[in-house]
Amino acid sequence: MELNAISIGFVVFTIFTLGGAIGVVTTRNLFQGTIWLMVSLFGVAGYFILLSAPFLAAVQILVYIGAIAILITFAVMLTRSIARIKERYIRLLPSFIGSLALFLILLLGVTVPIFGAHAPDSIPDYVASTRDLGAALVDENGYVVPFLLASVLLTAAMIGAIFIARDETA
Amino acid sequence: MEELCTGLCSVLADSGADAGLALFLSLLVGVLLVSGVPLITVILLIWIERKVAARIQDRIGPNRVGPIGLLQTIADMIKLLSKEDITPTAADRILYNAAPLVSFASVVLLWAVIPFTPFHFGVDLEIGALYFVAVASFGTLAIMAAGWASNNKYALLGAFRVVALLVSYEVPLVFALLVPVLLAGSMSLVDIVNAQNGMWFVILSPLAFVIFYISSQAETGRAPFDLIEAESELVAGFNIEYSGMKFGMFFAAEFLHVFTNGIIMAILFFGGWMGPFYYESPLIAFAWLGAKGGLIYFTTLWLRNTVPRLRIDQIMAFNWKFLVPLSIANLIVVSFVLKVMQELGFAPGDMLNASFAELLPTTIILLLFNGAMIFYLLGILRKRGREARREAHGAHANFAQAGSAAGH
Repeated sequence: MELNAISIGFVVFTIFTLGGAIGVVTTRNLFQGTIWLMVSLFGVAGYFILLSAPFLAAVQILVYIGAIAILITFAVMLTRSIARIKERYIRLLPSFIGSLALFLILLLGVTVPIFGAHAPDSIPDYVASTRDLGAALVDENGYVVPFLLASVLLTAAMIGAIFIARDETA
Repeated sequence: MEELCTGLCSVLADSGADAGLALFLSLLVGVLLVSGVPLITVILLIWIERKVAARIQDRIGPNRVGPIGLLQTIADMIKLLSKEDITPTAADRILYNAAPLVSFASVVLLWAVIPFTPFHFGVDLEIGALYFVAVASFGTLAIMAAGWASNNKYALLGAFRVVALLVSYEVPLVFALLVPVLLAGSMSLVDIVNAQNGMWFVILSPLAFVIFYISSQAETGRAPFDLIEAESELVAGFNIEYSGMKFGMFFAAEFLHVFTNGIIMAILFFGGWMGPFYYESPLIAFAWLGAKGGLIYFTTLWLRNTVPRLRIDQIMAFNWKFLVPLSIANLIVVSFVLKVMQELGFAPGDMLNASFAELLPTTIILLLFNGAMIFYLLGILRKRGREARREAHGAHANFAQAGSAAGH
């Protein structure tokens, strides 16, 4: 890998992503764990910038750090004994098998053309803009069906959450 | 590399400097300038805020250090710097010390996308408006980290309130922000200003501006939404354990955030640098932006110093039961009307180069719809107010009755 701004950025953001992830699973403190999670998510936002997708980077920060991680912190603050967790997760074998299986599936998906052809494309000169992204989401030749399905799923989840949280007497 | 090297960079490169070094130096100067503007401004802002607050409360305000007290902030800064820098022993050291930096950085970073004049801006991001929201969310994070890391129950209570307040009011803020984005057809702040050449967006959608104004007042944690550091309830809220310059950083971040919001509102709704003779010189354009931002900033100070604090349940009910539905309805109405007008050919398809005359029919129709919505809302508010007054009156009567019964 030649040394230029992009490769330096890649190394920095990888340190953020992996370092944050290691921090999440090793810290004994739940609140610090959520902060490490934010560091990791921030690194992923950096990857999106390197991939010329600034919109996704901003959404990553806005949704994952600004909303989801903040809500996790809120939930953590409501739990008892945030600071020194004594219980250890001891079922190491199932988690080892699970993560290994996941890693292998990812590795196969990237290298072996099971899910469609994965011939390494040459990098296109044309960089898609946010406008293209928006158009692709509502274009019938683009991603309108997955987009609508995801919308329906999210709406259903929201209605479900409201239904569960609703006070019976009200 | 070639097209990046313009202005100062090309001058440096022509005078014999290495191309990479020239680019680096010109970028460095740009970054220093863009981040320097807010850092210098905040010194003046603290003085302005104290003077305005003093005038509203019928006091004189700072008037001892320097002419009309102008150097008071410098004196305060020296005082804060010379104070003991305390970290509580039970605090989380790293988070505790990082939180003020993140808080201040989250505000200074906003200035990277602010277009000062048609030619002077840090960077014209394609996603400028989204960047504004994303960066502002770091401020929430900083306040919460500060509240938790202090290991103090008042600080933690303040942090709880922050999550509730800031995350809730981000929803109407983003929906209101979408209206100028929709009208301009772009998220770049430069494009949004250029699209207001024919007509300011505040005239096209006054309701969006009002929602944005209220939400940004809440985002900065100012009265009537100042329950983050409600002195009478939480001592000082999230920053209770902070001393010296670390407290000063939170303080400066808040003051700067209010002014930054004024500038952002001027850009989104009041045409930014647009004004008579702005094309004559960048200085005139810059003065227009400053004047508009300053005026909005003044109204927020005015509001802050004249209204009492609301209870947290009132604030939450106001947001989720009033502002959020209103902002969603406003967005749907504006986008629907705009699309219909464009399909019928009354509105220009491209707002960026539309003139005043081309925009006139759109303006009138959008204003009519906005007026109808405001009229309907005022009806609801009047009904609610009447009910609340009757309830309060009833409670008062019951109390008086109980009192007189006990007396007999």
